[in-house]
Amino acid sequence: MNTKKLQGFVTENAIYIVLAVLLIGIAVYEPSFIGLNTLRDILIQSSTRVIIALGVAFILITGGTDLSAGRMVGLTAVVSASMLQEADYARRFFPNLPELPLFVPVLIAIAVGLVFGLINGVIVSKFKVPPFIATLGTMVAIYGINSLYFDTEPNQSQPIGGLRGDFTTLGSGALFKNWEFSIPYIVIIAIVVCAIVWVMFNKTRLGKNMYAIGGNQQAAKVSGINVSKNLILIYSIAGALYGLAGVLEAARTGGATNNYGNMYELDAIAACVVGGVSTTGGIGTVPGIMAGVLIFTVINYGLTFVGVGPYWQQIIKGAIIVAAVAFDMRKYASKK
Amino acid sequence: MSEFMLEMKGITKEFPGVKALDGVTLQVRPGTVHALMGENGAGKSTLMKCLFGIYKPDGGEIYLNGQKAEINNSSDALKLGVSMIHQELHPVPFRNVMENIWLGRFPMKGWGPLQFVDHKKMHKDTEELFKELDIDLDPDTIVGKLSVSKIQSIEIAKAVSFNSQIIVMDEPTSSLTSVEVEHLFRIINDLKKRGVSIIYISHKMEEILRISDDVTIMRDGKKIGTWPAAEMTTDLIISKMVGRDLTQRFPERHNVPNGVILKVDKLTSINPNSFKEVSFELRKGEILGVGGLVGAQRTELIEALFGLREIQSGTISINGKEVKIRSAGEAKKHGLALLTEERRTTGIFPVLSVHENAAIANLDRYVTPYGLLNDRKKKAEANQMVEKLRTKTPSPKTLIMNLSGGNQQKVLLARWLLTEPEILLLDEPTRGIDVGAKYEIYSIIADLAQQGKSIIMISSEMPELLGMSDRVMVMSEGRLTGIVDGDKATEEEIMRLAAQH
Repeated sequence: MNTKKLQGFVTENAIYIVLAVLLIGIAVYEPSFIGLNTLRDILIQSSTRVIIALGVAFILITGGTDLSAGRMVGLTAVVSASMLQEADYARRFFPNLPELPLFVPVLIAIAVGLVFGLINGVIVSKFKVPPFIATLGTMVAIYGINSLYFDTEPNQSQPIGGLRGDFTTLGSGALFKNWEFSIPYIVIIAIVVCAIVWVMFNKTRLGKNMYAIGGNQQAAKVSGINVSKNLILIYSIAGALYGLAGVLEAARTGGATNNYGNMYELDAIAACVVGGVSTTGGIGTVPGIMAGVLIFTVINYGLTFVGVGPYWQQIIKGAIIVAAVAFDMRKYASKK
Repeated sequence: MSEFMLEMKGITKEFPGVKALDGVTLQVRPGTVHALMGENGAGKSTLMKCLFGIYKPDGGEIYLNGQKAEINNSSDALKLGVSMIHQELHPVPFRNVMENIWLGRFPMKGWGPLQFVDHKKMHKDTEELFKELDIDLDPDTIVGKLSVSKIQSIEIAKAVSFNSQIIVMDEPTSSLTSVEVEHLFRIINDLKKRGVSIIYISHKMEEILRISDDVTIMRDGKKIGTWPAAEMTTDLIISKMVGRDLTQRFPERHNVPNGVILKVDKLTSINPNSFKEVSFELRKGEILGVGGLVGAQRTELIEALFGLREIQSGTISINGKEVKIRSAGEAKKHGLALLTEERRTTGIFPVLSVHENAAIANLDRYVTPYGLLNDRKKKAEANQMVEKLRTKTPSPKTLIMNLSGGNQQKVLLARWLLTEPEILLLDEPTRGIDVGAKYEIYSIIADLAQQGKSIIMISSEMPELLGMSDRVMVMSEGRLTGIVDGDKATEEEIMRLAAQH
């Protein structure tokens, strides 16, 4: 009975165990890995990723998918950066733009993400285009839109730089900055977003409807759930999250180009899947997604730390994605 | 030849926490129909899965024609002459009839390593097979376009093409019309003459008594006994299945219908092949049965009442006021609830818990002023309703897919009762549910009517229609052909109305 209990515990918490084993393994091999700086770096790198992953998770749980996430991050990074350059910077995107309060461009970028998410939602729910195809289309189109914007006079496809200090502080600043336990703002933002999304998943009608739509769309409709309205709302929220991620990405790196965010959607989907989100819909938790994101960051950061080359890292990442899903499938099958 | 075509001796199978089969013995004579009966969860399917190599028994032996058989997977079973026709058929819908039959063993032609599928031979073989079985089907038809009964005949033809000596049929008539059932029985009789043994799983007593030679009854993973069908009666079978005497199959009803609550006038579907000019009234506290054959458009009618299908013309009035219902959400607001026929495709959320499944249609009621859900109240009310309907579940957190059909149905009923509906539309509420649970569902329905709820119940089971309804309205080919009193109506009368068009 005890082995059975243990087995059950391992199956249910596999993702957290893998994360712990990874951390311990790296720490044993390279004790200098342990430390506040490592932790801080891992959290900073995970911050934008977890926000994108949560957006994608909304859609995966409804049984859909979103390939346009990365390009939306790129677009909103460019949009926010274009409006938040230093007044005396030589190559300003908008040479005559007055200094806007920080929140204005940030909200504009989030709104841009929201609008494109809404478009995805309408295409999926009203025109009945399968999400894979719908977001494949918008993925390509959004890159085009971003490149057009990026190429306008006088910028002409120059990387956007010279970002305002208050903006970059958002990405690289920290609470208690001069103290050992300083907490980066970006990490605080990510944690707040995680908390909000957790509440949405678990405590709101929208969350319950999301799980229901992913679990059985027909039954959801029969139960009186307005499926298209909920889907449009969910895609819009996901878009807004990509918008926020784009803003933070620009702030963190101090710049933006139209190629920002390229392929981020695949990282996000991989993190979700490793974190136990079912690609057939209906299943997924916020802590799981957080762990999924952390695993990938730890692999990236940790393996680089101990000197494993990037090519090997790719191989390990790929294996983890497949292994995680194979393991998850077994968990599901064993319940039958 | 051995006395038995198939002998399963002392089969035992354990799953974590449950002993699904406990030393079950099954002996099937050649050229007979052997009915296998028992409530859901009695172990019938598990036993058949052991026979078909889907499960590996923990103990016991299987003999085919007197010889010990090792069946490790379904292809072993097919090779040894054991075929199974599942309750839910899974053809390859986009391919044609013959490719479905010969899938995995296409006849080939060619030179040396160059091998191609021999379509001509496949076509000819298929035609011969159909002729032998008196099946009227074009081998080139795309399977997805065919009716369930046709697809089933394809499955039977496939089983015969494997030279199967034992064919297991799991609820083969659950979605057939009575004409199609007759055809199936003719095929079964043919197969018997050829010496094929059929293991027949069904909940329909009348069918069992008519078609089978022997009856084996199981309960709680154990075999209760095997009897010649000639010695059995419906009541005897039921009492052995549930392990107690069931004096009645239907509960006493004390509902008193009064005052019209729902009036449907000349309702016509937007689809020209669906219901036309249907008018009827439903009284408060009444159970109105809806009879008819498959294709009578009964489901389409009540789905239209629930806003899931479009209406071309006609009106719906509730409590004397004309209403427009364009979605399930609007239907809910008007006090309607719908229990759909297809529990799995349109009812349950398989990966969600029992309590989430029960609460989902009623979330509006638990939204707090801050827009969050009052979880505690939601859980408490959902669990209370689930318990009230005496649903058997290990815990409210159990995933609904792990419950039996009858208990899933109770959770779905709980879902709709939580919305406090005035009118309940029940589409085949006891389909695929075992006898004991059926009685409980009937009791719930009778209670609801007594509390003044109005009920429209579609049923294809005559005894259920007659035993439960105050009135029975009969449809045929989309038209209402008559409304008869539940107490006075006879099966013949309903059949006559159902076959009118």
